[in-house]
Amino acid sequence: MSTTVSQIDQVKTTPWAGGREPFSVEYGKMMMWFFLLSDAFTFSSLLIAYGALRFSADAWPSAELVFQSVPGMIDHGAPLVFVGIMTFILIMSSVTMVLAVEAGHRNAKKEVAWWMVATVIGGFMFLGCQALEWSHLHHEGFWWGSIPKELDHFFKEAGTASPTYTQQFANLFFTITGFHGFHVFSGVIINIIILINVLAGTYERRGHYLMVEKVGLYWHFVDLVWVFVFTFFYLV
Amino acid sequence: MSAQHTEAHAHNEHGHEEHASMSRGKIWQVFFILLGITVIEFIIALYLVPHGMKIEWANPIYIILTLAKAFYIVAYFMHLKFEKVGLIYSLVVPILFIIGLILVLTNESHHWIDLIR
Repeated sequence: MSTTVSQIDQVKTTPWAGGREPFSVEYGKMMMWFFLLSDAFTFSSLLIAYGALRFSADAWPSAELVFQSVPGMIDHGAPLVFVGIMTFILIMSSVTMVLAVEAGHRNAKKEVAWWMVATVIGGFMFLGCQALEWSHLHHEGFWWGSIPKELDHFFKEAGTASPTYTQQFANLFFTITGFHGFHVFSGVIINIIILINVLAGTYERRGHYLMVEKVGLYWHFVDLVWVFVFTFFYLV
Repeated sequence: MSAQHTEAHAHNEHGHEEHASMSRGKIWQVFFILLGITVIEFIIALYLVPHGMKIEWANPIYIILTLAKAFYIVAYFMHLKFEKVGLIYSLVVPILFIIGLILVLTNESHHWIDLIR
């Protein structure tokens, strides 16, 4: 009996020939990616709405005039400083998250746990900063549906102050940073749950730390969104 | 070769690839790139623009730098660069629709601002 198989009967081994995972990525991780894609659309819609309203306005409150305080330290004259600190905290917590994932690849339970703790602390620090920023703006009179009476000092060119555009700015600011903050908050909660599982040895028994990678994807996405919020609200 | 065996083999290979691609050194390298880009943005916003740089120049630079940061976060921190090319395309191609929405709505905005002026 010959063992040679005719060309057409040979089992194909290409990635899309069936019988194997073409993306060679675990199911939950792929679903996290597709969830993040949908979330990217949600955030894009919000930011594009902001862009569309701002482009159709002939004057817009200037970021460096609205955000120029470090709550509890400097009252004004320090544009971008506070948001710079917030950006640094979030990038830093993203780094501790990848370090947790990296430790997970080596099955180093203790290291994973410590980096997760650092990530959770970073998340809480960011949320604390955001709470200060919000309460400062609220104190000045900004909120959904309300703006300060005196607007001239928020606009660069004299005489262009517009209550309509300031109100649009305030609504979008609280909606978008609020939605982002909600993501940070849920990210911290999920991080804590995963941290508890790490400490309980769940992933050690499972033999891999894929759950840490999945929550890591979510956490990096939150950082990614902040990069865009930072640019479009504070820089441009 | 059974399908299960193939899968396990593919998984191992993948795990190994992953391990090699994001060492601790690489992680810190990406961190310093992200930090550096943010510092450049701050220099533009706090020094160059108040000293006469046109905002029409600064804004596109901010956006390019932001996209660069996004690339480093997604490619290295989220590890997309080392995934299979099919997964990369299935995530990146849909994002192109966002560019379409931006073009449509900026066009709309120009119409409104022309009405005001």
